[in-house]
Amino acid sequence: MTTLLMLCPVLIPLVGAAVFAVVGWRPATVWVGAVSAVGVLGTAIGAAGTVTTGGPRTAVDGLLAVDALSAFMLIVIGAVATVATVATPAHLRAELDADRTDQRTCTQHSMLVQLFLAAMALAVLAGSLGVLWVAIEATTVVTAFLVGQRRGRGPVEAAWKYVIICSAGIALALLGTFLLNYAARHAPTPAGLDWAGLTAAAPDLDPGVTRIAVLLLFLGFGAKAGLAPLHAWLPDAHSQAPAPVSALMSGVLISVAFYSILRVKVIADAALGPDFARALLIVLSLASITLAASLLLAQKDYKRMLAYSSIENMGLLALGAAIGSPLAVAAVLLHILGHGLAKSVLFLSAGRVLQLTGSSRIDHVRGLAARDPVLTGCLGFGVLAIIAFPPFSLFASELGIATAGFDAAGSQTAGFAGSLGWATAAALILVLVIAAALVGHTSRMLLGAPTPDPAPSTADRRAAGGEPGSAGSSVAVVVAAPGPASRPRRRLGADSYALVAALVVCGVLGLTLGPLAPLLAQATTIVTGTAP
Amino acid sequence: MGAGHMSEQLYGQLLDIAAGALLLTAVLILWRRELAAIITVFALQGIALAVLVGLIAVEEGSAELGLVAVGVLVLRAGVLPGLLRRALAGAGATRRETRPLVNVVSSLLAAAGLTLLAYAVSQPLVALDPAPAAHAVPVAMAVVLIGFFVLVTRRLALSQLVGFLLMDNGITAVGFLTTAGIGVVVELGISLDVLLVVLVLQILKTRIREAFGDTDIDDLRELHD
Repeated sequence: MTTLLMLCPVLIPLVGAAVFAVVGWRPATVWVGAVSAVGVLGTAIGAAGTVTTGGPRTAVDGLLAVDALSAFMLIVIGAVATVATVATPAHLRAELDADRTDQRTCTQHSMLVQLFLAAMALAVLAGSLGVLWVAIEATTVVTAFLVGQRRGRGPVEAAWKYVIICSAGIALALLGTFLLNYAARHAPTPAGLDWAGLTAAAPDLDPGVTRIAVLLLFLGFGAKAGLAPLHAWLPDAHSQAPAPVSALMSGVLISVAFYSILRVKVIADAALGPDFARALLIVLSLASITLAASLLLAQKDYKRMLAYSSIENMGLLALGAAIGSPLAVAAVLLHILGHGLAKSVLFLSAGRVLQLTGSSRIDHVRGLAARDPVLTGCLGFGVLAIIAFPPFSLFASELGIATAGFDAAGSQTAGFAGSLGWATAAALILVLVIAAALVGHTSRMLLGAPTPDPAPSTADRRAAGGEPGSAGSSVAVVVAAPGPASRPRRRLGADSYALVAALVVCGVLGLTLGPLAPLLAQATTIVTGTAP
Repeated sequence: MGAGHMSEQLYGQLLDIAAGALLLTAVLILWRRELAAIITVFALQGIALAVLVGLIAVEEGSAELGLVAVGVLVLRAGVLPGLLRRALAGAGATRRETRPLVNVVSSLLAAAGLTLLAYAVSQPLVALDPAPAAHAVPVAMAVVLIGFFVLVTRRLALSQLVGFLLMDNGITAVGFLTTAGIGVVVELGISLDVLLVVLVLQILKTRIREAFGDTDIDDLRELHD
């Protein structure tokens, strides 16, 4: 029974992919993706219930393992996937109507998204570092096609960069995996790569070899998580991918990669003491946040703006992991969920704006509030959520990380912990700068009066929409809604409800964790290494 | 382990020769500019890697590892070079020269520096295990670093791909030298992934060419801030 429950999050999307492969994307199968995502979420909740009451489980000869941390990540995957897949049919429909895609591409898209979900579920359910590596690499292969799905030069260039940088990064992680395995085999009680064995053997691992291994693993999985210095693929891939894919990549994929870093950190802390991983993570974190802040200030493209915000949030997660106290780790986990929900809403809304206006440039979009109030609400509240405005859960989690950072600096003056206060303060200032930049850019898009313009011909609109992302010259064309024929649809679709629901959940989580609280507490003890 | 199928000394020497061949081919790839020649050298490196795995298999008397060695030979000396050659044939005669960001002399100096770095970094790895296999690890690490160097200093898509594969050969060598097999599932997954990455990159390359004619990655410079 438990085995089945653990296999389901991987099997359900595989079945979904098979359905799309056989039947294709048709009216009858439009909602298969969403049903599969809800299935993943359901089994994730089931798994969470099982582990909170019955403790961690393994299955399939130790290849798969589920504990509170994996169950929590499964819930994040299920939740964000539900939002993204519910919004997918409307997105694809609009692309088909605008003649920017065809039936075959829609089938391919739906199938690959299901495989993508299966690979991510496998990554968090992996019972060993080896299986985790294979699953993370599988996500790269699957998403490469999704990033390059839209027509044009930009998407193909982004896909190439994505595959080359992430494969090289993940190759470093493979080298780290080999070296950790080498260290584990030479421990007094030889261990394999499974989490339980590695954690038990960790205190006796050779420190020299483990240091190199941990450095490589952090760099490698950090590349996939979008942490500097191997972040260069992220703004391109996230801005060029179709909106639902950007939502999934930014909302969960980079968090799943960060989950791998958390798993490695547990072993690194037990083998080397907390200072080694802490120093590495602080460097990665501050580099990422600084980079995001500097490139956000003068950002001209709203999808890239959201992508850099993801790099910033990954940096914040790394900072929280570096602090490493129970409060900080709980905040990191909550931040993963909150960021996933808010960022997927933002990318899906941005995709809708792109469909409406045909341009991804910030200065080409004006007065959106007057045209589409619901979309404006999603984008506006989404940005408020992402800059950690209360009551959204990101406020609680960022406050938690900051408090923990200053606490750690105050209580332990010896060693590296003393510099945590400086790092936290620097990060907080940069976060404020980023928040100001995000609010400034977004309010220019949402508020103000739409520029009046002579009603453009259909050919003009086609031209503006045909090459989204390119610096179109038809500024005026894209802004105002001209005749009644091209008014945005008034009827609220399932996609709008999904976005609003995600924002509501993100807000409620900021007030109360509800039934998630025991799961989060248990997951925290796993990361801090205090699990019984 | 000491009671192997050949004398400890001979085994160590043969391993060193195979590892030396790995490093030599890596330097040759850095040196040559003809893509066709680079692919031939890459195939030779695949053979060296297969020999290395085969030697470990004989020493350990493991038939399973012997099969893996055959798999390595087929994939890295046959399939991957074949795929690269097909991509090259499709690229046309104008794209045969690599135009590295760093010239040949500096590249070779860098290779020497990277090899020294690999030896320095690998000290804890060698110290952990007295077996001959562990002593060859620094050479494999040097191949990894040289592969990374090729990846970041080459501009043509195909050369970048060779850099990635070079890095991967080095990593595979480290894997086999440090552990006699890391588990069949993981091994299978890794081989499959390498193959998939190459296929993905090739499909993307084909799509670039179909969409934009004789365009290469170095001509794609649209996405930036």
